[in-house]
Amino acid sequence: MSIGPDDIKKIALLSRLHVEDEQAPKLSNDISNILDLVDQLQAVDTTDVEPMAHPMDAVQILRADQVTESNQREQLQKNAPMTENGLFLVPKVIE
Amino acid sequence: MLNKTIKELSQGLQQGDFSSVELTTTYLDRINTLDQQFNSFISVTDEQALSAAKAADERIAKGSATIWTGIPFAHKDIFCTEGVLTTCGSKMLSNFIPPYNATVASNFEQAGAVCLGKTNMDEFAMGSSNESSFYGKVINPWSQDEPLVPGGSSGGSAAAVAARLTPIATATDTGGSIRQPASFCGLTGLKPTYGRVSRYGMVAFASSLDQGGPMARSAEDAALMLNVMAGYDAKDSTSINREVPDYAANLDTSIKGLKIGLPKEFFSEHLDAEIQAVIQTAIKQLENQGAEIKEISLPHAHLGVPAYYVIAPAECSANLSRFDGVRYGHRCENPEDLMDLYMRSRSEGFGDEVKRRILIGSYALSAGYYDAYYRKAQQVRRLIKNDYVAAFENVDVVLSPTTPSTAFGFNSKGDDPVQMYLEDIFTISANLAGLPGLSLPAGMIKGLPIGMQLTGNYFAEKTILKVAHQFQQETDWHLKAPSNL
Repeated sequence: MSIGPDDIKKIALLSRLHVEDEQAPKLSNDISNILDLVDQLQAVDTTDVEPMAHPMDAVQILRADQVTESNQREQLQKNAPMTENGLFLVPKVIE
Repeated sequence: MLNKTIKELSQGLQQGDFSSVELTTTYLDRINTLDQQFNSFISVTDEQALSAAKAADERIAKGSATIWTGIPFAHKDIFCTEGVLTTCGSKMLSNFIPPYNATVASNFEQAGAVCLGKTNMDEFAMGSSNESSFYGKVINPWSQDEPLVPGGSSGGSAAAVAARLTPIATATDTGGSIRQPASFCGLTGLKPTYGRVSRYGMVAFASSLDQGGPMARSAEDAALMLNVMAGYDAKDSTSINREVPDYAANLDTSIKGLKIGLPKEFFSEHLDAEIQAVIQTAIKQLENQGAEIKEISLPHAHLGVPAYYVIAPAECSANLSRFDGVRYGHRCENPEDLMDLYMRSRSEGFGDEVKRRILIGSYALSAGYYDAYYRKAQQVRRLIKNDYVAAFENVDVVLSPTTPSTAFGFNSKGDDPVQMYLEDIFTISANLAGLPGLSLPAGMIKGLPIGMQLTGNYFAEKTILKVAHQFQQETDWHLKAPSNL
């Protein structure tokens, strides 16, 4: 399976990553090599094999619907690049 | 002092042969004078360490100490430590001061251990050589003329323990990241059963594969570490609620009659002849100690690396979508709009290997490819697991090499990422199956250590620790230290 520079730019956009035009051919080559490696999987017969998402086949555990956390907004926002009045700041979204 | 076991250090502290402040100062001095050549630490927390050591000395004086009270150690920089920079080897988290402790960090703190600092690692634990760290590469203390990699991603933890800059260190393993550096640095490292050690506060890479574990100089020290690290944690929804045994108890029992399986797929003609010779000698040793050796087959093992390079990137692309330049982590300067903020913050904050894996993951999960890649890989994952389940009906432990070579040089894997990925060929299946795996020093090749891997059944950490400990009672490979320290 090979993947061209244009596909790379499309996936990069989906991943919210910027890929320079000159980086695209090298990346497309690297990723095509990885997909070649992965293509070994296609030769395996997996009819009726249940996909395995978790080693113990555990299911999501739900907790009781009770308040357990206290408000730590100030402490948690110390790591935020930009805040104002307890809100995270982003560039203007709605005109 | 530097070669003492955890038990010996603890005894020395309790008997008053030395204080925790003295012990901690010894290690801090070593880090501050010697680590320039290894770059194994990202942060050294002198002040916090000395105040923790003072508190430990008081606790010892009061008689309320645990075996860990006053013992210095280091955390891989993937574990969140309250108030202490936690970078995960990335520029993205170069300013991240966690407001809370990982459960593993809390456990060591409550036991009274003294954290010396945070160790270097491949960025977001993605790598097998430590070359992808934003904070510079780590040098293997066993390097001779040419500098060699320590392995990865827990390369900083491995180099720091091997260089005697800390008695032990925490580490994590997603595809071999504890066992491969343990092999390259002459250490004993254990990846526990998936769900045995809480992942709460451990920066996520591939959530169904990640598992924290010990990096130590002996199986006994690793067992004592696992006693602190293991246990159910309601804060990690994948944590398994199951009793934690005393891993360090009864390590002295004989391995007579224990069945060890050798997967024929891992001992093929492609295996390096020198490694083959070292491992065969180690197998003979275990046989002499009473183990029964059997050939087994893991017919899908060769599909571990391909399945992993769908599943791990898929989970990574989902996990790393949280880095958006808004709530924490790197943010670009003067974003034009929200899209520009996301794009530039992420592109500036992540390194090449991380970007590559996010792209593969996004591709494998995208419409039209999901069934062909992700679903297929999850199916093959079950086949790999089923092979092990069948094998463990006949044997107690599976033995193989840990790595296909000894420590290699920098940039030696060339430009093709696939060459680096094949480094994990022997270790990756245990992550996919969720089984515990341990690497211990099995011999030396041209002056460099090489590990052998013991894989156990689910929750059979005690069994593989016992085999490793018994081997270490009759051999001295684990006692060898780099000569230039």
